[in-house]
Amino acid sequence: MLFNIAIKNLVGAGIRTWLNVFVTSVSIFMIIFSSGMYTGMKQHAMNVSIDTEIAGGAFWHPNYDPYDPITFEDSHSITPSILTELVESNKALEVLVSQASIYPDGRVVPVIMKGITLEQEILNIPTKEILKYEGDNIPILIGRGMSKYTKLNIGDTFIIRWMDDNRTYDAGLGEIVFIMDSDNFKIDFGHIWLPIEKMQKMLSMENESTYVVFDDNINPHSAGDWIKRDVKYLIRDMETIIEQDRPNAIMIYIILLSLAAMGIFNAQTLSIFRRKKEIGTLMALGMHKRKVVLLFTIEGAMNAIFAIILTVLLFGPLLYYFSIYGVPLPIDYSDMGLIIAKRLIPIYSMPLLVATALIVFLILLLVSYLPSRKISKMHPVDAIRGKTT
Amino acid sequence: MIVKIKNLTKKFYIGGSFFTALDNISLEIKNGEFLGLVGASGSGKTTLLNIIGGLDSPTSGEISVLNQFMNTTSHTERALIRRKNMGFIFQSYNLLPVYSVYENVELPLILNNIDKKSRRQKVLEAIDAVGLSDKINSRPNQLSGGQCQRTAIARAIVHKPALVLADEPTANLDSENSHLIMEIMKKLNTNYNTSFIFATHDEKIMGYLKRMIHIEDGKIFKDEKIKL
Ligand SMILES: Nc1ncnc2c1ncn2[C@@H]1O[C@H](COP(=O)(O)OP(=O)(O)OP(=O)(O)O)[C@@H](O)[C@H]1O
Ligand SMILES: [Mg+2]
Repeated sequence: MLFNIAIKNLVGAGIRTWLNVFVTSVSIFMIIFSSGMYTGMKQHAMNVSIDTEIAGGAFWHPNYDPYDPITFEDSHSITPSILTELVESNKALEVLVSQASIYPDGRVVPVIMKGITLEQEILNIPTKEILKYEGDNIPILIGRGMSKYTKLNIGDTFIIRWMDDNRTYDAGLGEIVFIMDSDNFKIDFGHIWLPIEKMQKMLSMENESTYVVFDDNINPHSAGDWIKRDVKYLIRDMETIIEQDRPNAIMIYIILLSLAAMGIFNAQTLSIFRRKKEIGTLMALGMHKRKVVLLFTIEGAMNAIFAIILTVLLFGPLLYYFSIYGVPLPIDYSDMGLIIAKRLIPIYSMPLLVATALIVFLILLLVSYLPSRKISKMHPVDAIRGKTT
Repeated sequence: MIVKIKNLTKKFYIGGSFFTALDNISLEIKNGEFLGLVGASGSGKTTLLNIIGGLDSPTSGEISVLNQFMNTTSHTERALIRRKNMGFIFQSYNLLPVYSVYENVELPLILNNIDKKSRRQKVLEAIDAVGLSDKINSRPNQLSGGQCQRTAIARAIVHKPALVLADEPTANLDSENSHLIMEIMKKLNTNYNTSFIFATHDEKIMGYLKRMIHIEDGKIFKDEKIKL
């Protein structure tokens, strides 16, 4: 019975109701959309990392610490034979890492120099492009970001300076042979890529490497004293970077939710204030105070339900469209050290959708109830007169 | 006996002191009466009517309405008494603005959990009794003052209450409409033996009353039975 009355009141209130419902539904949409974008971003970053850096996992030289370039000097040795066998059967690739400096246009740019197995198809790095080079210079592959930063283009040559295994400095002429577009800034910024055999010779580190990445369809157990790093480990710092962004996402979530809640709270308080006489009349007609409170709470909650339905009808197709075709991002975030696609596909997980709908509903129920509680403190005589205190 | 009041006093606490709105009132009202509480503005008519309706409680004294001792009834019980056995008519109609005439009249039946089919028949009968059958689907803002008050009367009698309380029902109406609604209520009083208690200082009403309780400064100073 109360539901019928509540619906009648809401529909009867016309534009005021629909405006409220619309605003609430926009908030719900924004919450779902921003969470979806967040999840999508996270997923994309993971995918890109796995695609371009991680594959099935790696074996590291025991001294290797990618975040401490000082260690590079001591983190190379002859690749364990079990791993070279894998490399030969195209199930793994070797990387030799060293610090170096390049001198484009007379500037000094410190870089991380990585020698890599060129024939590999394990990581999404266009190493095979280097194979096409027939000149005498050191063939170099760099990323689009690095190219912009150093103003180096295909065919440009520049001096590379490095320290070899005997701790003596040596130099050679590098030539850009390919510029890759990658969503992963970590293989782009500050990196130059070259054939591993070439680098081994340059550094007098024949047959040596720093780490070996293996394909995701094999799972070797051990390789001498080299340390196995599985996908879970390698993805961990990726995850922490993203997790650091989580408070922001939650903040947005809270702000949007508060907006929706305040809208309903406001509408509810106003409605109770304006409809005092109606409340008094209902009491005079013998409606129990508790029922009147319930009626107004239901009216508020109906707002939420209408809003959820409207979100599905109005924004559902839009959310669906985005989840298929992605959202174009106008800014290049790679400068900020984020792995973000140019077109981001938001991911809405079912738990997210259900949780959002539920949380929105409960909060709106609460903000519908809180102002309605006032009704139980009203004196019917005052209410009937519509006296506003 | 539909109302029985003994030594009833109502005091309001305002501005640090008590104001006596009703002063030691004793009164008995029988079934089927058509009675007016008559007096100047501020004499205490509305206050007494509200106490009879259980919307307000006395400061001291005893009151029984419809054989219920109102002093000790709970809020829930009073709501039940109003819902089942009372009807209210207000000076400013107090119709629900988003409801049609039909829906306004239907409301007391919904509150009483009457099923839809018998609701319809009762609503149509009540609307017919006040002569508004052609306005069934109109909203209050599409009605004249007289039509609004007739809707309110239909709402007050649709569930066949034993007692209807009407506070200045003609105050916002012109002479013609005032007489029309008084005729309607008189007919309902005769046909259904519904008791009516009015609070009024409108001369036009007084001609219809069978009994007038004159109130002045919260006291009854004359109980006048009119011989027809
Ligand atoms: N809630 C209240 N608080 C304080 N005083 C009140 C309250 N209600 C009524 N009174 C006072 O009690 C007295 C009687 O009021 P009441 O409304 O019963 O008069 P009335 O006879 O109905 O007058 P009117 O013809 O103007 O409607 C008035 O002096 C009024 O100021
Ligand atoms: Mg009055």
